[in-house]
This record gives sequence, structure tokens and C-alpha cells, in this order.
Amino acid sequence: MLSIFDVTGPVMIGPSSSHTAGAARLAQVARRLAGRPFTRVTFGLHGSFHDTYLGHGTDLALLAGALGYREDDEALRDAKALAGAAEVTYSFHQADLTDYHENSVEITFHFSDGDTFDVIGSSIGGGQILIRRVNGMEVEFSANLPTLLVYHQDKPGMISEISSVLSDAGINIGLMRYTRRARGCVACAVVEMDDPAGPELVATIAALPDVFSAQAVDLGDREDRHHAV
Amino acid sequence: MQYNSIAQMLTLAETHNMSLWQVVLEAEMAQTEQSADDIFRRLSARYEVMRRSAKRALEEPLPTIGGLIEGVASTQHTYAATGGISGEFINRLMAQALSASEVNASMGKICAAPTAGACGVLPSVLMSVGEKYDADNQRILEALLIASGIGVVIMTNATVAGAEGGCQAECGAAAAMAAAGAVYLAGGSNQTTERAVAIALMNVLGLVCDPVAGLVQIPCAQRNASQAVNALISADMALAGMDSVVPADEMIDAMFQVGRMLPASLRETGKGGTAGTPAGKAIYRRVFRDR
Repeated sequence: MLSIFDVTGPVMIGPSSSHTAGAARLAQVARRLAGRPFTRVTFGLHGSFHDTYLGHGTDLALLAGALGYREDDEALRDAKALAGAAEVTYSFHQADLTDYHENSVEITFHFSDGDTFDVIGSSIGGGQILIRRVNGMEVEFSANLPTLLVYHQDKPGMISEISSVLSDAGINIGLMRYTRRARGCVACAVVEMDDPAGPELVATIAALPDVFSAQAVDLGDREDRHHAV
Repeated sequence: MQYNSIAQMLTLAETHNMSLWQVVLEAEMAQTEQSADDIFRRLSARYEVMRRSAKRALEEPLPTIGGLIEGVASTQHTYAATGGISGEFINRLMAQALSASEVNASMGKICAAPTAGACGVLPSVLMSVGEKYDADNQRILEALLIASGIGVVIMTNATVAGAEGGCQAECGAAAAMAAAGAVYLAGGSNQTTERAVAIALMNVLGLVCDPVAGLVQIPCAQRNASQAVNALISADMALAGMDSVVPADEMIDAMFQVGRMLPASLRETGKGGTAGTPAGKAIYRRVFRDR
């Protein structure tokens, strides 16, 4: 049975739950994954995202999200001025992401050291999202729960290493998914948890032998997000 | 406690000697394992967003993309003071519905109910009828619970997406929900509530979703205003004693069936209906070339 809050809600910035609210959430997650200050951000818009973005403020929602603003923050409409104030440049272009959902975007962060970070995600309706690719690694998570991404050497025993750190901290794992580029190469664990992993915990996991990096994404306000279908 | 139809809601209310809002509350508590306090707290936060969105554009125009509905709420609000043809009450109700639509189109904060495009109907009806019957905040939240329960049934057995069912599924569903809330605020019975839902859907059956330039502005704002009025007159017909003859659950099914018969051009594609008129197409060209 549906919750009444699936009907009366979500609270959001208009005009569209998928093209505005979902877009802001996608960019917020991408920003957290990028994890450090950037000087430029570009958005490759696919499908309906490209065709209708001007009418739905999708561009403003994406840019504001990348700058760290929530989907229910009225600052969304001032995104371009906020980017200027933050000395971040941006651009939007059409992208062919045919393998992904109709409402998909490729967000690329550029850093002052010349490095880049790239995320592909989809807005799948009612403000709900799916992150589909992180720096070339295929993933799939909604960010409805606190999520941890751990990149490590593809070798036996890593799952138990990661899960034991989490269980020692009393954190229950809701779901764990794996992707890897090739056998014995880099593997990426996507861990969805019932409670957020704090910075110390993320650092502990990042310091495990054969772990390259660990990133946590937690959009907070879970009580409402669970029901915001 | 659980319901999948309006008939079940009424049976549960009768069996347990409860009001409809208590049925919706108990079902929500069972479903989400949240306390009644938590549910009322969350609902209250959402009603506050609704209330603000229905007031915000009454005094000053808000800029919208393309400017199609900029100032419609304040203009209606000013006119309401004159009484107009349909009286101050109806004109103010429409101004409030228009305000929420204007806020939505200007990238302001709204509460989808059941969708962003239909976000003006429920707040304007609950506020106007609540004020008329001197309802306190708790009573308005109880009306909102009933309305949301009706929405749950519509979403379960039909759809609230314009892309699937046309405007009848968005503003029409909102009108059916709001009619139920209005009957409660006016002190009507559960049977009257059920009839008001059925009548509201009869009045809106077949309404297409045809936004000009794909923007959620024209005719969405007008539809929010007119469906708020539909909620009131449907509630009044039921309160007067009119029998809807056809049960609300069957009207929900009918709405869904009609929605499926609508061609794609009339389901939120911005192609047919109002969007497909020469004026509508000209606006599309102007808005997207200007940017």
C-alpha cells in the first residue's frame, strides 16, 4: 500500500519533480562523489533532459545541485549568480547517453590541477534518481540511503574486510553491489547502509590494505526521502 | 489496517466506529511504523508549504519562464475584492490556486498534491473552506489526511500522472481529493464524502493535459483554479443530498480508462489541445528562441 506522503508530497522547487527536483539531487550526489573543490562543471544532457531543460529550469537545478544546494532550496533559480560568486564556470551541451534513461545527464567536474571527475545519472520520476556511472565504473544506486563507494584491488577477502569495519561500528548494510573493470583490476563496492558512515569510518576504510579510495554519499533527511516516490 | 478502495475506507470507518481521517491515519501508522505524532508533524510541515505557496503570489507577481502566468494570482486577488460575478469567496479561492501555480512556475517551493502541476487545488480549497467553517489547524490536517487517503486510492487504482491520464488524473484527482476534504470541513458524512469524490470526477472526466510550450503554466494555472471550484461545487452537490449514483471507486476506474484512451498528443507532450493552437505554437517558438 502507498503512503499518504507519496500522494501529498514531495516538498520541492517547481516546476517538475523529474526535471527540476531530480536534476538537483543528481548533481548533489555527483558533487559529493567528486569530493573536492572544482573550478568548472559541465553537463551533457540526454533525451528529454536536453529537449525540455530550458522550460523546466533543469539547467539551474543541475548547476545549483553541483554547488551543493538541495532540491527544496529556492536558491536553485539563482544558480548562475551563485556559480559566479563561487568562481565556478559551467556549460551545458547535448550528449548521447543512449544506453541510459531518457532523463540522463553526464556531469564532469574540472579541478585546478587539470584532473576531471565524471558521473552519469538518471532522473527516473517523482524526484527519484539512479547514479549509473562514476568515473567510468558502472554502478547503480539511488542515494536514498547513505551510500559508500569503495575502490580497491580486485582480490579475495575485500568484502569481509569492508563489512567487518562497518559491523564493528554498528552499521547495518542494506545492500552491497560490485562492479569491476576486469578480473584482478580495480573493483568498486557500492554499499548502501541503514546509517551514515562518518568521516573517521570512511578514512578507516580508505586506509585498509589494497583500498585505493572510499567516498560516502549521504543526502540526509531520509525519513522524507523514503516516501518521496 | 489497510484499504485499497474508497468502499473499503468507508467500511473500515463504520466497522471500527472511526472517522475517515482516523482510518487513513491508522493505515499510515501500520504501513510506515510511525507514530501518530510523527505523521501529523510531517503532514503539518507539508501543509505549511502548501499554505505559503497559495498566499505568496497574491500580493506581487512572480517571474516565470516565458512569463506566461506572471501576475495572474495578484490580478485575480485584486479583482476578488470587487466580488465579481461568482463572489469574493470563489474569486479568492481561484487566486490562491493561481498563486501556488505561479510559485511552482517561478521555481518556488511547493508541495506536490498529488503532483507539482496540480499543487494549487488542495491548498486553496483547504484554506478557503477551513476559514469559512472556522476550522483550527488540527481539523484542517484531518481534512488533509482524508484527501490524501483518497489520493492513495486514485494512485493505486488509476494514475495521477498527466503523461498517463491527462489533466483529469492531475488536477482532476486533486479536485476529488479536495472535495473529500471540503465535505469533512463542512461536517458532512462519510457517504457524502464518497459521493463528492464521484461527482468531482464526473465533472472532470476527459480533461486533457496540453501545456503550452511544455511549460507548467498555460492552461495548468487555469485548471488549478477551475478544479478548485469543481471541488467546492461537487462537495456542495453531495452535501445538498445529491446521489452520485455511480460509486467513487467506479469513477476512478472510469477516469483511468478514459486516460488510456487519450492520444499521446493530449498527455503532457505539449503537442495537442491548447499547446497545438497557432498561439500555443507561437509561444513555444518565442520562449525557446528568446533563451
